[in-house]
Amino acid sequence: MHVTIKLFATFRDGRPKVEIRELPEETCVKDILQSLGIAAEEVAICLVNGRDANEHSQLVDGDTLALFPPVGGG
Amino acid sequence: MGGYTGKILRINLSEKIIKTEALNMELAKKYLSGRGLAGKMFTDEVPANVDAFSPENKVFIAAGALTGTNTPTSGRFMVVTKSPLNGTLAASNSGGYWGPQLKFAGYDMVVLEGKADAPVYLSIYDDKVEIKDAEHVWGKDVYETTSILKAEFGDDQAKVLTIGPGGENLSLMAAVMNDLYRAAGRNGVGAVMGSKNVKGIIVRGTGKVENANPEGTKVALSNVLKKIRENGVTGQGLPTYGTAVLVNIINENGVYPVNNFQEAYDPDADMISGETMAEKYLVKKDPCYRCPIACGRYCKWDEGEGGGPEYETVWVFGSNCGIHDYEAIHQANDLCNKLGLDTISVGATIAAGMELFQRGYIKPEELAGIPLEFGNAKGMVEWVRKIAYCEGLGAKMALGSYRLAESYGAPELSMSVKKQELPAYDPRGVQGHGLQYATSNRGGCHVRGYVISPEILGLPEKLDRFSLEGKATWVKIFQDLTAVIDSTGLCLFSSFALGLTDYTGLVNEITGFKYTDEELLACGERIWNNERLHNLRVGYTKADDTLPKRFLEDPIPDGPSKGHVHRLDELLPEYYSVRGWDKEGVPTPECISALGM
Repeated sequence: MHVTIKLFATFRDGRPKVEIRELPEETCVKDILQSLGIAAEEVAICLVNGRDANEHSQLVDGDTLALFPPVGGG
Repeated sequence: MGGYTGKILRINLSEKIIKTEALNMELAKKYLSGRGLAGKMFTDEVPANVDAFSPENKVFIAAGALTGTNTPTSGRFMVVTKSPLNGTLAASNSGGYWGPQLKFAGYDMVVLEGKADAPVYLSIYDDKVEIKDAEHVWGKDVYETTSILKAEFGDDQAKVLTIGPGGENLSLMAAVMNDLYRAAGRNGVGAVMGSKNVKGIIVRGTGKVENANPEGTKVALSNVLKKIRENGVTGQGLPTYGTAVLVNIINENGVYPVNNFQEAYDPDADMISGETMAEKYLVKKDPCYRCPIACGRYCKWDEGEGGGPEYETVWVFGSNCGIHDYEAIHQANDLCNKLGLDTISVGATIAAGMELFQRGYIKPEELAGIPLEFGNAKGMVEWVRKIAYCEGLGAKMALGSYRLAESYGAPELSMSVKKQELPAYDPRGVQGHGLQYATSNRGGCHVRGYVISPEILGLPEKLDRFSLEGKATWVKIFQDLTAVIDSTGLCLFSSFALGLTDYTGLVNEITGFKYTDEELLACGERIWNNERLHNLRVGYTKADDTLPKRFLEDPIPDGPSKGHVHRLDELLPEYYSVRGWDKEGVPTPECISALGM
């Protein structure tokens, strides 16, 4: 299956902003975090297709995963 | 007593009388300072039905109870007056260094009364206060005025607050600017100063603000500083990227308004994100007084350099006008700073103009050759200038999007609440924040209760943004706590790291008051109800606690929040109930009496 991974803010340091990966079925968010070298506790906002998700969320073909460290503003 | 200076400077412009008076500490105990106390003094002293531009209206420029202390983020002050845009009790907040300097000079607030018969500015050097001729700076922009007034004053430490041509020309979107790039932006407060023929106030103080309990203050300060530094948002996200870091977050949630809120997701948003700004344009951080967060930006672009832009500004001149040209966004931001205009309302009014043109209401012959299509960056920048100088269609636009759209018989195309333009979050995908928009006491606003924090950012906890459950209570608490923070003179962004107990500790140690958490939060509730009562007196009703029809009837067309509308009807009765108001949104006698009002 194919999943689009988008990284934001400091997660972009030394990593691509966006990539499409071919992944085995039943891949979870935490598998991707591990391959990116990002600890689950560093993630403040985790979205799959724009909806709240977490490290245990399982991905399916065509999903977009967006990961943010703690950020805010106003 | 600490925190407060205990003194007010009252200037009668008509009679040219300058006097100082003691701050009413009993009222201060109930309403703190800044937005709260100035708002209460306004409602006590000024008839609700006064014309905003008449000499009977007053302008209260008020520092907070903790402004100018050693507290992190204590650089803020409020401009409080009757709004010419919508008649609400305007309270526009600004940062920088001007507010602390007013406290160092020995004053908690300046009250401007009457109207000068010719342009003047005020010069304050501790207890030497003068009304000076401003003919030579009238018509000049904010940057020029700032440097001329500083040169005349002869002390580089002096801080300048001024209006630009926007305020002089009575644009209902005019800001009061200070320290060049800081704005008390909203509600048209700059135009009220303009109507009084007051160009600006330069202030220099040599005193300091005392702490009631120096030892306790030390402990409280080190505690909050640690929290602010260690918090991911205030310690890393905001310092690194500024507020524009929100572009991608809000967009990825599908609540990022595009083309005057016709859409809520922008596939090209990253072109104008905080990350892109940091990569291509950021020169340095531009912090306010005693701020370890330092979210302020100083950028350089092809044709200039200067302060900002903030998230709201990037969005409003960017995606909301269909534009992804960062150069144009910098130019529009710089023009607004220079001419003294509120970026949110100006950009949103241009976006409304673009939709009016798109739908055939505005005719090509009205444009005098200046393009008004979504996506036309050059045209957008030129419309900013035409708004400031009220040229051609710019004169209609200077009255804001509501009056513009109404003049074409299409008020529903103004994305505003109580005639004030909405900021950068589509309420259809954030139900609590939408309720906050509808009930904000000054009309469309995101900083009267930033419910985006729990609904999107997960602070202090993550809420389901589409759910209605508990949202009325969240909105009330956020509104009340914000009123407290606004009245202490601390920055709202401190609340990403601090909670009510931290604020209570700071206020108690510094002022010497002995609030419990509940009592401090009750000050916020009192402030909120005072503003609400003013709005009811000027004729606002339940019918005005609403959102533009688009949000209530048309589902978001695409993106992560596709299919949602805002469910205001289901939320509003519960909100009135948790506020202790009746079914018409009027505070009950029990509510008023419980608050000791």
